[in-house]
Amino acid sequence: MRDFDYVRATGSDHAIEALAARPGARPVAGGTDLLTLLKDGIEAPEALVDITGTGLGAVEHGPDGLTLGALATLSRVAADPAVRASHPLLVQAVESAASPQLRNMATIGGNLLQRTRCPYFRAETALPCNRRTPGSGCSAVDGEHRAAAIFGWTGHCVATHPSDPAVALSAADARVRVRSAGGERTLALDELLRLPGDTPDRETALDHAELITAVEVPALPAGSRSCYLKVRERASYEFALVSCAVVLGVDGRKRISQARIALGGVAARPWRLVEAERALVGVELTAVPVRAAVERSFAAAEALPGNAFKVEVGIRTAVRAVLTAGGAR
Amino acid sequence: MIPLVLRVNGREHRIEVEARVTLLDALRDVLHLTGTKKGCDRGECGACTVHVDGERINSCLALAVMQEGREVTTVEGVGTVGAPHPVQAAFVARDALQCGYCTPGQVMSAIACVREGHTGSDDEIREWMSGNLCRCAAYEQIVAAVRDAAEAHRA
Repeated sequence: MRDFDYVRATGSDHAIEALAARPGARPVAGGTDLLTLLKDGIEAPEALVDITGTGLGAVEHGPDGLTLGALATLSRVAADPAVRASHPLLVQAVESAASPQLRNMATIGGNLLQRTRCPYFRAETALPCNRRTPGSGCSAVDGEHRAAAIFGWTGHCVATHPSDPAVALSAADARVRVRSAGGERTLALDELLRLPGDTPDRETALDHAELITAVEVPALPAGSRSCYLKVRERASYEFALVSCAVVLGVDGRKRISQARIALGGVAARPWRLVEAERALVGVELTAVPVRAAVERSFAAAEALPGNAFKVEVGIRTAVRAVLTAGGAR
Repeated sequence: MIPLVLRVNGREHRIEVEARVTLLDALRDVLHLTGTKKGCDRGECGACTVHVDGERINSCLALAVMQEGREVTTVEGVGTVGAPHPVQAAFVARDALQCGYCTPGQVMSAIACVREGHTGSDDEIREWMSGNLCRCAAYEQIVAAVRDAAEAHRA
């Protein structure tokens, strides 16, 4: 690991100033992803700006929903009684992420910005990867791509976003509050996290000296039910092959009145099943009609030879998550 | 080099480290507290688990310079050969190790797991101890040791 300068920011203004002054500087908080990237030489910043002293760790709740300070650790978010009461899908997603030790370090803001687990991006000896070295090519398209994306990818990059919390936040219609010298703005997750296009190295909409300050999570619709379902190759401490977050309204006759569905592990950001959400309204809460509605969103799925199985896994995961959220299994 | 006061097991240490030095390397190489082990150095195995302000973390993914003002507890700070921590005693009684390399991390994680109360069932213990790998696969005995320690803690 190359050495770097260390700056301890005393507030968010100071952090933004310190980042703006040095194009080669990066913010650090939990450090759980950044440290591995530094050790493998995937990133080599000239300075790290420690933002843990900027006081952005509060978890607040009001009638409109939750405000999760960017520096709130995953443990802190999942242990908060108000979060547990109002957003059980977020608690399920957070507690299925990483390990207890990592959740004590990792922050909710940093979790959204973690980089892909694609084996070529993470290779200890650099291999062609457009995300890591723009213009070098994508090794995964013709190589190992078992875990690769089935939505929103291009020949430039087939990597997925590895976060569990982001998937639950997507289904909850969360927005991310960010701050720079120019002021504050809020972004939907789909605006924060970019699809690869022909510039997969540009992963987010954040400017260099722009910090996430909070994640705003609206209250779930009254009477709605929710669920986060994670499918993986080990029972614990493993990234999702496919995961699914569902927020569901069900009427008195066991028909779906409203649905929000986000899939994880299938794209460079949480992937909302927009067509399925529409098609599910009025549908009876049983496997066959729910599957027919979910399949609408998979018309756009595109798989490579090695990850074609993820289409069926994705459909089944979404169907099971909808039925589970609705209490039908 | 950055001057730093590191508080470990109740003692203050004035040291100088490069910014890139992890808490794990500072503990082992600067303070010579070698009870904390380096396994994967990537946050995957849990051998480096220590407590910071009472919470278990992977010391291989923490920068030493970011720990100023915090209280670090390592396996050297929880018990001695003559007076082991109840969790250490439970590991001995249950023979919850073979080579022992992962054991300091397992013990630090288990102490936190018991304190957090994530010990309601064997399944819950397995889930909340999943950040600690054991190459010798002493998992059954580790779960039993954590179960025993949790029962003693509740009593």
